[in-house]
Amino acid sequence: MMTSIVEVNNAVRTYRMGSSKVHALKGVSFEVREGDFLAIMGSSGSGKSTMLNLIGCLDKPTKGTIHINGVNIAKLNDDGLTDIRRDNIGFIFQQYNLIPTLTALENVEIPMIFKRLSPKKRRKKALRMLELAQLGREYATHKPGELSGGQQQRVAIARALANDPPIILADEPTGNLDSKTGKGVMELLSDLNRKGKTLIVVTHDPKIIEYSNTTIYLQDGEVVDEID
Amino acid sequence: MKLIKRIRRNMYAQLAERNLRRQKVRTALAAIGIIIGVMAIASMGILGNTLKLSVSESFSDVGDKLVIYPAMGEDSVTQDQVNRMERIAGIEHIIPYRSSGEAVEYRDETSYGTVYRMKESNLRHLVDMESGRFFKEGSTDCVLGSSVASNLELEVGSKIEIEDTRLRVVGILKERGMSVDISTDSGVFVSHDMYSKLYPDAEEDYRQVIVIVEDIALVDTVKTELEDTLNKREKKIEIFAANSINEQIESAFQSISMFLMGIGSISLLVAGVSILNVMLMSTMERTREIGIMKAVGASRSDVLRMFLLEALILGIFASLLGGIVTVVGSLTLIYFIMEDVTYFFDPTTFLYIIAGIFFGIVTSLIGGLYPAWKASMMNPLDALRYE
Ligand SMILES: Nc1ncnc2c1ncn2[C@@H]1O[C@H](COP(=O)(O)OP(=O)(O)OP(=O)(O)O)[C@@H](O)[C@H]1O
Ligand SMILES: [Mg+2]
Repeated sequence: MMTSIVEVNNAVRTYRMGSSKVHALKGVSFEVREGDFLAIMGSSGSGKSTMLNLIGCLDKPTKGTIHINGVNIAKLNDDGLTDIRRDNIGFIFQQYNLIPTLTALENVEIPMIFKRLSPKKRRKKALRMLELAQLGREYATHKPGELSGGQQQRVAIARALANDPPIILADEPTGNLDSKTGKGVMELLSDLNRKGKTLIVVTHDPKIIEYSNTTIYLQDGEVVDEID
Repeated sequence: MKLIKRIRRNMYAQLAERNLRRQKVRTALAAIGIIIGVMAIASMGILGNTLKLSVSESFSDVGDKLVIYPAMGEDSVTQDQVNRMERIAGIEHIIPYRSSGEAVEYRDETSYGTVYRMKESNLRHLVDMESGRFFKEGSTDCVLGSSVASNLELEVGSKIEIEDTRLRVVGILKERGMSVDISTDSGVFVSHDMYSKLYPDAEEDYRQVIVIVEDIALVDTVKTELEDTLNKREKKIEIFAANSINEQIESAFQSISMFLMGIGSISLLVAGVSILNVMLMSTMERTREIGIMKAVGASRSDVLRMFLLEALILGIFASLLGGIVTVVGSLTLIYFIMEDVTYFFDPTTFLYIIAGIFFGIVTSLIGGLYPAWKASMMNPLDALRYE
């Protein structure tokens, strides 16, 4: 029997902008089972990133519960959220978000520092992750500025894998890439999913359905459709 | 070396080093602030300390002496009082004397000195002979202090004239320097008979009495005893304890050192503010980076530690540099001013340098505390959105 690794229950996220309120999520519920590939789609401003940030423990719901591996993150403090994030989540961003002063290899090492891995183990594992993300070994010592968008995203994927998180979250991972490079990245991600990672991808790109096994559609902060 | 290697392998330290290198000019400016602060504290302390040491050195070791002189309204210390002093325990020597300032002539030259009437045996307790011998009681011989002798270019055997009376110089004393009892360097020491010849009207009583105690630890006890004995009914005498001057010098220079170090502290405070400023700018610039770190698993304390480590590395580096500059700088300065660097190698000097370095590091840490705390409290999402 497949267990739910992510369980979103009536999640509400309201942003306060001075006196007015923005209802980014108005009570969203869904489940993600271990090994799933969930795609979240919807128009701009529908609340996709907000949803992903909640699952990624970068934010907390205003109301409702979100369970990651059985832990309700709505109840956690900053340190608790950090622990869950570090041990369970690998984040991939549209803008790659690599640290520009560090080499590709060092960028991949960063999450392992916070996991208190020894320098030797870090280096070895970072190399392995870069290999897994299919970045040529010769690029390991390059700084992000010296890499193409696709290569940078591969570094970001390697970094997301560094602490062996069961869940990988990606917010428009192909948004800044041309279609060919984007396809390569999507194939890499779905390959990771086949190897057992639970994958949640936010995207505008309808072609995602070729890879995902569940897709939910958001509109104005609500789930309007779900396809399995 | 191994430790340095280990620290350099530490990724936190690598990150800190890299970030400090990233803004070289700014880091250098912050470091200069700390360097100057450390230099100010340490060199001010050293300066005060060297002054103190060189001054207290020029006072001879007089800690075991008490000087007794008549109280206000009294003319002199009497023989009876001296007799009563002799009954007090813990006293090694009692040296009563009478003196008078006088012109000393030799050929056509004149110098000024003080003629002392003091027992030859007592004089031996106060001074050392450079050349010649002590005078014999009852003779017309005299013993001269070093400065009188050198002013008039006298030797043993020269004949000087005081108040139209000729005296034969039989001994010249070693230089003794500044002193709290009597200035032997400008003294002319004569026997009781000779003094009476020079000053027929002179009384038998004494102008002052120098008391040498058996042990320096007894100074205060003997002083109290003397006061109890001699000032029982009314205040007849004053007692000056020589060790009190050392204490006074000590405390005066303590305040000078403190004052100078206070000035140093102000410059260190300014340095601390500049560290605060640099680190604050750095956290602002690296907001996005902090967001990334948090998104990939950095906790608040991780971020705090990273930024504090940066401040610490900057502080240690700058403070050590400041310490080295201080050693080199003050050694050169002291060498050129005093031409003698022995006081510099006093252990206290190194205490001041260590204190300077310590305060430099602490200041850096304090300066880095607020920026580090601010960085650690950043919300990861806001930080990631920051442009
Ligand atoms: N920090 C914030 N403060 C205020 N409002 C916000 C904040 N973040 C998001 N919102 C609002 O919440 C709503 C949902 O935003 P969200 O970023 O989740 O949309 P999205 O679906 O990811 O859009 P896009 O496809 O353009 O990335 C929007 O109306 C947005 O303006
Ligand atoms: Mg978005």
